[in-house]
Amino acid sequence: MNDNFEPKIVAIFCYWCTTQAAELAGTSRMTYAPNVKIVKTMCTGRVDPQFILWAFRNGADGVIVSGCHPPSDCHYEDGNFKWFRKYVLLSKTLEQAGIDPKRLRQEWISASEADKLKKVITEFTEEIRALGPLKHPIREGGD
Amino acid sequence: MENRIGVYICHCGTNIAGKVDVEKVREYASHLKNVVIARTYMFMCSEPGQEMIIKDIKEYGLNRIVVAACTETLHGHTFREAAKKGGLNPYLVQMVSIREFDSWVTENKEEATEKAKSLIRAGVYRVNYHRPVETTTYPVNSNVLIVGAGIAGITAALVLADAGKHVYLVERQGFIGGNMAKFDKTFPTLDCASCILTPKMSAVKNNPNITLYTYSDVEKIDGFVGNFDVTINRRPRYVREDLCIGCLSCIENCVYKEPKFISEFDEGIGKRKPVYVSFPQAIPLVPVIDPETCIQFRTGKCVQTCLKGCPTKAIDFSMKEEKVNVKVGAIIAATGFKVFDASRDSKYGYGKLPNVFTTIQMERMLNSAGPTGGEIRLQDGSVPKEVAIINCVGSRNENFNAYCSRVCCMIGLKHAHMIKDRIGADVTIFYTDIRANGKGYEEFYRKIMLEGVNFVRGEVASIIPSENNRLTIIFEDTLLSRVRKKEVDMVILNVGLEPHDDWEDVRKVLNLTCTKEGWLMEKHPKLAPVTSLSDGRFIAGAAQFPKDIPDTVAQAEAAAAEAMSLVDRGVVESEPNVISIDENKCSGCKMCISVCPFNAITYNEEKNIAEVNIGLCKGCGACNAVCPSGAISQNNYTDDELFAEIMGVLRE
Repeated sequence: MNDNFEPKIVAIFCYWCTTQAAELAGTSRMTYAPNVKIVKTMCTGRVDPQFILWAFRNGADGVIVSGCHPPSDCHYEDGNFKWFRKYVLLSKTLEQAGIDPKRLRQEWISASEADKLKKVITEFTEEIRALGPLKHPIREGGD
Repeated sequence: MENRIGVYICHCGTNIAGKVDVEKVREYASHLKNVVIARTYMFMCSEPGQEMIIKDIKEYGLNRIVVAACTETLHGHTFREAAKKGGLNPYLVQMVSIREFDSWVTENKEEATEKAKSLIRAGVYRVNYHRPVETTTYPVNSNVLIVGAGIAGITAALVLADAGKHVYLVERQGFIGGNMAKFDKTFPTLDCASCILTPKMSAVKNNPNITLYTYSDVEKIDGFVGNFDVTINRRPRYVREDLCIGCLSCIENCVYKEPKFISEFDEGIGKRKPVYVSFPQAIPLVPVIDPETCIQFRTGKCVQTCLKGCPTKAIDFSMKEEKVNVKVGAIIAATGFKVFDASRDSKYGYGKLPNVFTTIQMERMLNSAGPTGGEIRLQDGSVPKEVAIINCVGSRNENFNAYCSRVCCMIGLKHAHMIKDRIGADVTIFYTDIRANGKGYEEFYRKIMLEGVNFVRGEVASIIPSENNRLTIIFEDTLLSRVRKKEVDMVILNVGLEPHDDWEDVRKVLNLTCTKEGWLMEKHPKLAPVTSLSDGRFIAGAAQFPKDIPDTVAQAEAAAAEAMSLVDRGVVESEPNVISIDENKCSGCKMCISVCPFNAITYNEEKNIAEVNIGLCKGCGACNAVCPSGAISQNNYTDDELFAEIMGVLRE
């Protein structure tokens, strides 16, 4: 494996909880790996499994999706559950398609949990670093 | 028309430019497809920064804007307004966070610069797909709901009511006034708390613009900013407010001749009867009957002397819970705090050793309307000669609360003064650091020092009983670095402030966000300290974080002003992130209907399509994610926009 491998990670965060945690991590000056790039949706219920496949196709080595804690932190009642159902199915699909499901991480991080956000990002970056770059035909120009 | 994009990169002083090589990033952004102009500026949110964007829109014919700066939460509105002034639809702007999500969280300068490039690239890719979004405005109900009637809720209610707004003030206790009603005097002026609070309490009662619901809880809030539908649950107090004249003869005539049960209001050092008022000036002056201790409720066989003694027959044992629905445009949460339970830290012996009290018990003891009539007494009725006040109980302690509770140092100084003044006892304050940082506070501290109060910078290890009912405090003198002992008659634990035990439930009902300790979160600590993340909901008082009365009142007035600014404007902008359904693509599968939490989508049988009522849509986008035919599109979060952004963060 290439020792200089820097994983590319996309983090899809809901606006109300995890994006706020990320903002708090910023104002609290908590440093974390620059590998993780945040894309926000209003709710994890908006997350389409295609977003994750699209990220892998475009070079992501890992994807984190995080929203509001179940059962009832969701700003839109139960968007977090809607995403979670898709997540369970998508993990299986990824495995069947030959992508290690560990490359997709699911979390609940509330607006006050900046320390958890830092921990998750740091941990996940190291996990993906250990897994190495994603090699899969889903990658454009792949085999 | 081709896209003409302007990219604006903020230095934010050194906040961004200290970490990110903004010039390098600007150079990179200027070569991205469709970017016509890329600029940097010291403070993009400032007037000249905004003017720069407005000028460029006209000069370069820009039709898309990317601003790389702080966050959309903080300045999204600022830049959308700037675009609007330049003649663009405000939603043709994309904000990219290179401060909170980059410069502030990345150690290495080169990595931060590279990250900024990819985030801006994602913003540029995304903005290409932005479409103008039109919003409408709808009317705002001018009533305001205030939850909690302590000094914060009372203050906010009076400000709004005096401006002619109708206020629904909901208090869970039987009487208003909150914690402040328990206090004897307030620091540093030593005004009598009652003298400044009770006139405000009666003003609440007498103001026709305030509807007061005590012994009540907010059960449910439906609707949205400007048009909230609130369900209030009124618990039965078994004394009818419409009939009671406040003569209190029921209390006098109760079959219990003497108060027998622990009084919650007196913090356990006083007693009450099953029918009681918190204190003689209580508002409303309508007693509450506690079914847990009332013989009628416990056995069903009481002679009901209270009812016999009541001149208006206001006592009604058959009262039931009652639901009230009110409509409001804005909500202020002023739910307050509770004090730290000192028995959780066993070294102080609270609850086991007699003569170990808390500061709030001391307030009741000092209060002339309190259980001892203002006398400072030990449990055996004698007067203490030596008193210790221990600060930071439950505060500044990693095992309990890491934060400083902010008010305790001043309370300790106040109590030291009052004890010396009333009984001439020798008083020692055990402190960690004395924090006296308010108007007149340092001067007060100095005055108390000169009065001869002893100050020991000490960490208490334990309190043990010694002879003659005295107490021995074993402590580390942190200035001498030595373990010492001190014998006293009475210990007062200066307990910190904590969120209520049920903060999680309160937060959910009010749809607010809390810190991990349970304090209500403000939208921004400096720029929006009384605004919550949820539109139309404001916060005031110690529910946000421990604060003293001057700060609480100031914040309550600010929250009232924010609420007034909303309800007086009279209109709010509709949710911009609503969805639309393309009739031609919709197959009528109804998947969207099943996932919509707000019943905003209905099925049109005739056309075999789904239709959205955007008045009900709150913009979560769940339907967009499940629509199999791509007919649904969420404003500002379309598939194209999100695909472009994801691609942008990953590659060129």
